[in-house]
Amino acid sequence: MPLSQLSFDYPCANTLRLKLSGEWLIRAVLPSENEVLTQLAGNKNITRITFDASEITKWDSGLVSFLLNLIREGGRRNVIIERQGLPLGVVKLLELALKVDEKNIPRKIEPEGLLERVADKLLAFCSGALAVVNFLGEITFAFGRLIAGKAYFRRDEFAAIVQRCGAGALGLVSLISILVGMILAFIGAIQLKLFGAQIYIADIVGIAMVRVMGAVMTGIIMSGRTGASFAAELGLMQVNEEVDAFKTLGISPVEFLVMPRVLALIIMMPLLTIYADFMGIAGGFLISVNFLGLNPVEYWHHTQSAVKLSHVWIGLTHGLVFGIIVAVAGCLRGINCERSAEGVGAATTSAVVSAITSIVVATAVITFICQVLGV
Amino acid sequence: MDNKPQSAIEVRGLDLSYDDYEVLRNLNFSVNQGDIFIVMGGSGCGKSTLLKVLIGLKEPLKGEVLYSGVNFWAEDESVRQDLMRSFGVLYQSGALWSSFTLGENIALPLQLYSELSSAQIREMVELKLSLVGLGGYADFYPGQISGGMRKRAGLARAIALDPGIIFFDEPSAGLDPLSARLLDDLIIQLRDALGATIVIVTHELASIFAVGDKAVLLDAESKGIIAEGKPKDLLAGSKDPRVIQFLTRGEKQGAAL
Repeated sequence: MPLSQLSFDYPCANTLRLKLSGEWLIRAVLPSENEVLTQLAGNKNITRITFDASEITKWDSGLVSFLLNLIREGGRRNVIIERQGLPLGVVKLLELALKVDEKNIPRKIEPEGLLERVADKLLAFCSGALAVVNFLGEITFAFGRLIAGKAYFRRDEFAAIVQRCGAGALGLVSLISILVGMILAFIGAIQLKLFGAQIYIADIVGIAMVRVMGAVMTGIIMSGRTGASFAAELGLMQVNEEVDAFKTLGISPVEFLVMPRVLALIIMMPLLTIYADFMGIAGGFLISVNFLGLNPVEYWHHTQSAVKLSHVWIGLTHGLVFGIIVAVAGCLRGINCERSAEGVGAATTSAVVSAITSIVVATAVITFICQVLGV
Repeated sequence: MDNKPQSAIEVRGLDLSYDDYEVLRNLNFSVNQGDIFIVMGGSGCGKSTLLKVLIGLKEPLKGEVLYSGVNFWAEDESVRQDLMRSFGVLYQSGALWSSFTLGENIALPLQLYSELSSAQIREMVELKLSLVGLGGYADFYPGQISGGMRKRAGLARAIALDPGIIFFDEPSAGLDPLSARLLDDLIIQLRDALGATIVIVTHELASIFAVGDKAVLLDAESKGIIAEGKPKDLLAGSKDPRVIQFLTRGEKQGAAL
């Protein structure tokens, strides 16, 4: 296959002629326009470039791209590029490529000075924070209407959401909670065995699961499972203009779409937390009795005496708070989703990340408050 | 006696942006009661952004939109919500709520904003579906019907409350020529039957000439209106090469290649 070749001659003092020959195909190695620029740099008298393309056997957009770069560079250096010697198809493609009228590109409304730019960023951050507060306000308002019996949403859809984020999550919550209970038992055994106090594994597993771990693990599972699902569902509705259709009918998307989801998790998260507590205790029990040789009755009695009602309330508080966090993060990201496939992906990821981060922060805050209050 | 037709919509000095980009400025036009009004223009000229401003989904940078004399964007949220209930909107994708059946999609606005009983709502749903040629499809979900049928079902929902103004966003987009023609005929029939004012945002020439009483042509370069009038008059009488080029698909004056 004859390769693309580029050679030069000077028909007159101010003119550089480019002789193009061979196959100028995108899949081959093509000459660079830098070779031409080197010629221009070496001869400052050149104000015109012409072409002899009579020996080109095949060409595609590789040639057009080469010429386009050359034309743009020529424009910058005030060198006239004459296209007459080029194949007709190439000339038409170049006209098309050069037709992009920069006047038609929308002008961005942006501040010019440094101070304005900083202020713009600050305002963007504030408006983002305000949007979150506004969203929380709208949810609160929707719950107010629910309490007043004025909220409008579909009961059957609410029941389906409750079923999806409650019973539908039992399998995963069981697996993770049993495993966490087992892990706590094994870790407790490493240290307590040194003192012959393995029976206190029951206390560690019971208190840890009921007070915090059951709720935290359930919250993390629900972030990945339900929070992501809320964000994707609402995000796709945003993309398909379904959310706009609610707004133009005067129906609040927060009341119709968000409030039932938040309510569903407010109801189901504490219940799932209690379930996770039992599963975790069962996991610890299995390991302690079968692998660490503890008496099952004694283990059960120790668990009963260690786990106080205050631990249960603290665990339920964690569960309730995490439920609100997961639902709000998922719905907020979904409702504010950009109208593209990428936007739905980003909203889903953001919902999971912000929910898990908020859960960890909320755990720290609740633990600190409990410490201060002495419970 | 003043025979001047009454304006259903009046737009004054409207500036619009999309994200941080200014797309249109100083728009002025009015839509007469009962007219089919076309907003046309090439891709990216700001047609859909203008529609969003007209239907209350996006606030303009400045300017006024008046509905029967009421300055929409200067009013309180509650007044705007009331006005929005007098609109019907057919979105480009149909925007049917995917977890609802077609019947439930149409019934929802009736349940919310009418005093009809459940039986009357069912009858009304069947009527609206029949008006768009989808009688008997009330129990189908949007995912179970074709794109053209989804558009018609979206139209049935848009006319659920017998709105005074119906907005259409690219109604013929993605439809085969026959379905597009049927939808155009349906738009005229509904206008005649309901007496509604209709605003259509489109660049489909066949639809523009088939249904338009009056049109404005938006231009991305000048960021404004470059022609206003009856589509056929614009084609016959306009001296502006941009208008002729748009209305003849570039076949006259200045086709690029």
